[in-house]
Amino acid sequence: MSESVDAEASVLDRLRGRLEGPNTYGNSLPFWAVFAVVIAGLALYPQLVGVYTVIQTSRYFALAFLALSLSFIWGYAGILSFGQVAFFGVAAYTFGIIGLNFSSATEIMAALVGAILVGTVAAAIVGYFMFYGGVRDTYVTIMTLVIALVLNTFMAQTAGSEWAVGVAQLGGFNGMDIPSLTLGIGQSGFVLERAALYYALLAALVVTYLGLRVLVNSSFGLTMVAIREDEARTRTFGYDVPFVKLVVFTIGGALAAVGGVFYGSWGNYIDPTVFGIAFAALPVVWVSVGGRESLVGALGATVLIERMRTELSSGIGPIGSEWALVIVGGLLLGVILFMPAGVVPTADDLIARLRDRRTERGQSTNTPEEAIE
Amino acid sequence: MSTQDINVRQKPAVAATGGNTETLLATKALTKNFGGLTAVDSVDFSVTEGEIRCLIGPNGAGKSTLLELITGQLSPSEGDIYFDGEDLTGMETHNRIDTGLSVKFQSPHVYENLTVEENLQVPLQRTDRDTETVLAETLERIDLTEKADVRASELSHGEKQRLEIGMAVTLDPTLMLLDEPVAGMSVDETADVAELIRSLHDDGMTFLVVEHDMEFVRRISDQVTVLNQGEIFRQGPIEEIEADEAVRRIYLGENA
Repeated sequence: MSESVDAEASVLDRLRGRLEGPNTYGNSLPFWAVFAVVIAGLALYPQLVGVYTVIQTSRYFALAFLALSLSFIWGYAGILSFGQVAFFGVAAYTFGIIGLNFSSATEIMAALVGAILVGTVAAAIVGYFMFYGGVRDTYVTIMTLVIALVLNTFMAQTAGSEWAVGVAQLGGFNGMDIPSLTLGIGQSGFVLERAALYYALLAALVVTYLGLRVLVNSSFGLTMVAIREDEARTRTFGYDVPFVKLVVFTIGGALAAVGGVFYGSWGNYIDPTVFGIAFAALPVVWVSVGGRESLVGALGATVLIERMRTELSSGIGPIGSEWALVIVGGLLLGVILFMPAGVVPTADDLIARLRDRRTERGQSTNTPEEAIE
Repeated sequence: MSTQDINVRQKPAVAATGGNTETLLATKALTKNFGGLTAVDSVDFSVTEGEIRCLIGPNGAGKSTLLELITGQLSPSEGDIYFDGEDLTGMETHNRIDTGLSVKFQSPHVYENLTVEENLQVPLQRTDRDTETVLAETLERIDLTEKADVRASELSHGEKQRLEIGMAVTLDPTLMLLDEPVAGMSVDETADVAELIRSLHDDGMTFLVVEHDMEFVRRISDQVTVLNQGEIFRQGPIEEIEADEAVRRIYLGENA
């Protein structure tokens, strides 16, 4: 009896060992306790709030994939892409094109796989030319932004009826319809909408977050960090740096693509603004505010900032959404000026310092004062 | 110029390390031009297995360029590089390292934001050596066992230099390339590094060391190659080199 309990405990320990490490924040039992409470809370959330809030929150979750994607490539490998939205949008459009042409549940599941594949391959191609072509640092940022803007311009001029793939009209600025995600076989399937979509997103997000934690704390994660810290030196330890960066960028593209499919099917609609500069800047803001080296920070910042934008948009009136962008910009400036590492790393640092001071005081004082405590 | 040309044709000295005289590294007519400047000029240079060969010469002699040609950071204008029987010439840096080379550059390039142990792990995880054993052994060797969990940014200059040598050593290379390993170090720190190199050499590692500090060179090596204006000027045992008038002249920067 006790042996099986021990075995269970050792499996848990091993699991924790893989999830924790120097490359992630939250490596303690209290963190996992809070994590479990938050997940339980989010699981109950749809029972507590109205359908509108559930639908809005699903949108934040879809965008959080974009944040994880950028935190992964920028925070851990030092590749600042301003164009993760490109792979996000390409996947959304691809999902729409395949989904509109084939409508059975099986085919929509195939569209999901196809769209993620196309977004991933797009990232791999862009990454190949950048990293093997010696494009680095700021030039990566500029190039990825330009790719997004070119797609923005291109998709905007696809209003004519000649811009169609099968029955799917690309629609230029008017955008394109996108079917809902459907799970199932044959004609009948389970359509992921409202609470169902919310739960699917929540589950996908938790799995992705934990998976990324294992990855960044693995030896591959250490390689990423080494490249971020000193690319030239890492090469002289025998690492194929362009290849590692290509792999990282491709994984980042895949994450953005997953978010794009969810996002497109969430609104049943996609238009070229997904490639626009305002939207392209948002992931950079979320990740900078949350802390680029913190996956959990990126997640939290995305949900909170997007929620704030929604509230402001509906709260202030017709010009609310413009004001929201201004406020988000101000928030970015404030964070960069006062906590350049972002909220989560700064808070973590603060907690560690407080704890240090406490133990120091605990060691230097003697019993009488301990009694007061 | 013409007198120097004659000197260059000197026969390379045979290493005085036991009976083992197998050539590990060889360059054939290796040349590197930067625009109009020839930094390395048709150099035939070799390192014999088991020796500590020092490469000296005045500033701008082409020592670092030669090292960068060997590691593949620079590609040669002409000539070839052979290591352990393989032609390295067209190879990418990371593939060259896999053939058994390891390098430590002049200025310390440790990962400042990582701990000492993580720094060692970056190169170590590429090998199939046992992590725990090698980590403990290397930390002991570079005398940083107590600082294993300290961030590299908090180390002194000498400690960083030792750490970086340790990082290069974890790859268990056949040939270790060191570019001015004691630059900017105190006398004590220099002595530590000399001892470290000697102990690794005793364990069978071959070294090519670029160095300015003659005192340090005398401590670790008896075979010296003098580079001047991109060409091999002299090669031989340290006593001979030090006694050579022409070497002293170029080393002190006096014109003949």
